[in-house]
Amino acid sequence: MNFNKIYALGLRHLYLIMNSFPRVLDLIYWPTVQIFLWGFISKFFTINSDYYSDTVGVILTAAILYDFLFRASISFNMMFLEEIWSRNFTNLFIAPIRIREIIASLTLTAIIRTLIGLVPAVLIAIPLFGVSVLKLGIPLIFLLIALYLFGITLGLLVTSGLLRYGPSFENIAWASLFFLAPLGCIYYPIEILPNSLQIVAKSLPLVHIFEEMRSILMNNSVSYINIFKSIMISVIYFIFGILVFYFSYFGAKKRGTLINMGE
Amino acid sequence: MFIEIKNLTKKYNKFLAVNNINFFIQKNKTIGLLGPNGCGKTTTIGMILGLVTPTSGEITIENKNISTFKRDEILNRFNFASPYVELPKKLTVRQNLEIYGRLYGIKNLNERIDEISEDLNIKNFFDRKTGELSSGQKNRVSLAKSLINKPEVLLLDEPTASLDPDIGDFVRSYIQDYKSRNKVTILLASHNMSEVERLCDSVIMMREGKIIDEGTCSDLIKKHGRNNLEETFLKLARSKNEFQ
Repeated sequence: MNFNKIYALGLRHLYLIMNSFPRVLDLIYWPTVQIFLWGFISKFFTINSDYYSDTVGVILTAAILYDFLFRASISFNMMFLEEIWSRNFTNLFIAPIRIREIIASLTLTAIIRTLIGLVPAVLIAIPLFGVSVLKLGIPLIFLLIALYLFGITLGLLVTSGLLRYGPSFENIAWASLFFLAPLGCIYYPIEILPNSLQIVAKSLPLVHIFEEMRSILMNNSVSYINIFKSIMISVIYFIFGILVFYFSYFGAKKRGTLINMGE
Repeated sequence: MFIEIKNLTKKYNKFLAVNNINFFIQKNKTIGLLGPNGCGKTTTIGMILGLVTPTSGEITIENKNISTFKRDEILNRFNFASPYVELPKKLTVRQNLEIYGRLYGIKNLNERIDEISEDLNIKNFFDRKTGELSSGQKNRVSLAKSLINKPEVLLLDEPTASLDPDIGDFVRSYIQDYKSRNKVTILLASHNMSEVERLCDSVIMMREGKIIDEGTCSDLIKKHGRNNLEETFLKLARSKNEFQ
């Protein structure tokens, strides 16, 4: 791995953000709207539901964590799509940067994009709704790692689709997370799902992450075994995502789609 | 750096884009790759750049198969420019050159950027976003990017397409001048015959994925009894089965 090259590609995306104030606003706008929306829903449930009565902000914390996953994945996809939209794709793929360095750079830069969007929203939630994700304590770090890895994995799978099917796969990029959300048990416990779907849901890291989040906030109990399990599942998916990406890259070379990838 | 193309074929499903071509690019020479649209020029360039996997055949660089090189090892010595491939539009010219300079691992990058910007006369719009430039300005920036690493092999795909005659002439003169000052092997795909006559040491004519003729411009003109390369090109492009 050459860190200068990883930095160079990251810099390309940072310049893109820094050169455009509307782009920064766009990054911040959606997470903030989400926080407001879920903040008020959360407040309503807290007042009217026994289940959440002792734990103000469970839903809002879930919304924040889910948005972190969503932003990580979308950031990864967006950076890849930027290369297609700007017709820079060929230049990038003939530059002496290895595929693993491209993946590493997009993975590391996605965290910056994600945080630009999410940190203001998280800070707004503290005075406005009295909810802070920091209440999760040290486990928060591990939950974020698991979420981030899974978000990047979804990004890898979508970009693999872009390599395989071209820009027409773009719509799937936006739909991918909504497809998994019902199985992620973000706002409700896994028992709500039918038995057959529970089996599928358990194979995703999301269930373990959000169950653990609820357990910490509602019962004050931390299970590092569950957290470790969620990280391990995310790592397995991440490795799978990398393999799929490589497979798609070599497939794209065979089909010749790398040379004329554009809008 | 010399390049040899041996029995190179690329098939997309049933479509034969490049059909068993062979040619040799001598070190520090400029070779023109000519042919009508869809004749396989871009696919050939794509295979040399490692963007397209050949169906069969091989590309060797200094007698070593290109597939045995590490990706970055070979691409460090190559570069490419085409009006159909752009640099990020929202980044300034300076930022784009900085990023590509870093990707190519250029030492003393600021000096190199200064040098090439001076040469290509792009300093006066250095801090403007690339997407806001005219096509002539974009073209020169793209050329600057393609020379940032002082490539041993430069692949140019229609480098003066859609440029006005003045800028087109500037680009051709610059390539000529650059070549006289640097050791570089150039593969130039173009539809501009006067450009090819001016820049290329020899040309390869392609049609329907095959090489139908090759030689120096003057030899080809003489061989086909025409007055210039354009007439020769038209004859070769239109005489369907004569050379197959």
